[in-house]
Amino acid sequence: MLKRLFPHPYLSLTLVVLWFMLVNQWKLGSLVMAIILATILPLVTSAWWPNRARVHHPLRLFGYTMLVFWDIIVANFQVAYVILFIPRDKVQSRWITVPLDLKSPEAISLLAGTITMTPGTLTSDMSACGRALLIHSLHAPDPDSVRDQIKSRYEARLKRIFE
Amino acid sequence: MTPVLQTAIELVIAAGLVGGGFFALVGSWGLIRLPRPMQRLHAPTKATTIGVGAALLASSIGDLPQGGTISIQEWLITLFLLLTAPISALFLAKTLILRGEADPDIPDSGTGQPWATLGQERPDP
Repeated sequence: MLKRLFPHPYLSLTLVVLWFMLVNQWKLGSLVMAIILATILPLVTSAWWPNRARVHHPLRLFGYTMLVFWDIIVANFQVAYVILFIPRDKVQSRWITVPLDLKSPEAISLLAGTITMTPGTLTSDMSACGRALLIHSLHAPDPDSVRDQIKSRYEARLKRIFE
Repeated sequence: MTPVLQTAIELVIAAGLVGGGFFALVGSWGLIRLPRPMQRLHAPTKATTIGVGAALLASSIGDLPQGGTISIQEWLITLFLLLTAPISALFLAKTLILRGEADPDIPDSGTGQPWATLGQERPDP
């Protein structure tokens, strides 16, 4: 019964928190509205998300977020350097193929989002079977090191969290 | 609030506005300067991450020196940008690949299957 009413408990919890951030005040009325939304939205959208996402270590997700924020800041300076100081015909843009060990769709979308948001790399496509990602790198003199960094820094952590 | 703390917060706000503006400018400059479509796609992901993020952080604590409170709504804008920007970037990249306007010599996927955009069209389920 409870499982059918809340097909995605994490999503419901996130919606409650989001609603409180949106109204920016603590009132009982807001809590009622938040619970209504947290019930209706997962039910309406459950047809497109049939399986429940399994997160084995939710707390590690926080550490992962902090790591990604830090990498976004560092990578921004690197890309700013590429745009401002490297002559335009010397910018070595490359395609990189990253084979995936992850199987959970939620983990793969999180990895793809991480790759796009850290400036300098862009998730461009996925293989038809879902076992590899196509990544475009703005300036990669050594494409193998970029691939290894994505696999060791992000994918290994996501694998520990989701699988 | 002590005057020292007040000055410190004002400095953080100023740094956020100037720094965010700088990175948004660099992102736009990259859009003009880089020659190929796939390279230009890198610029918007930059501007949304640090450029908008720093400006929103400054806006979030903007009321503190006058004795106000921290506003949470700006964090939501950052969150929604972080969620939606990769999806629009992926759509643009897939469109470029499908129209053949992306960089040439796309490598093999290494899985025995083609890339999803270039594979055979499947009927809607």
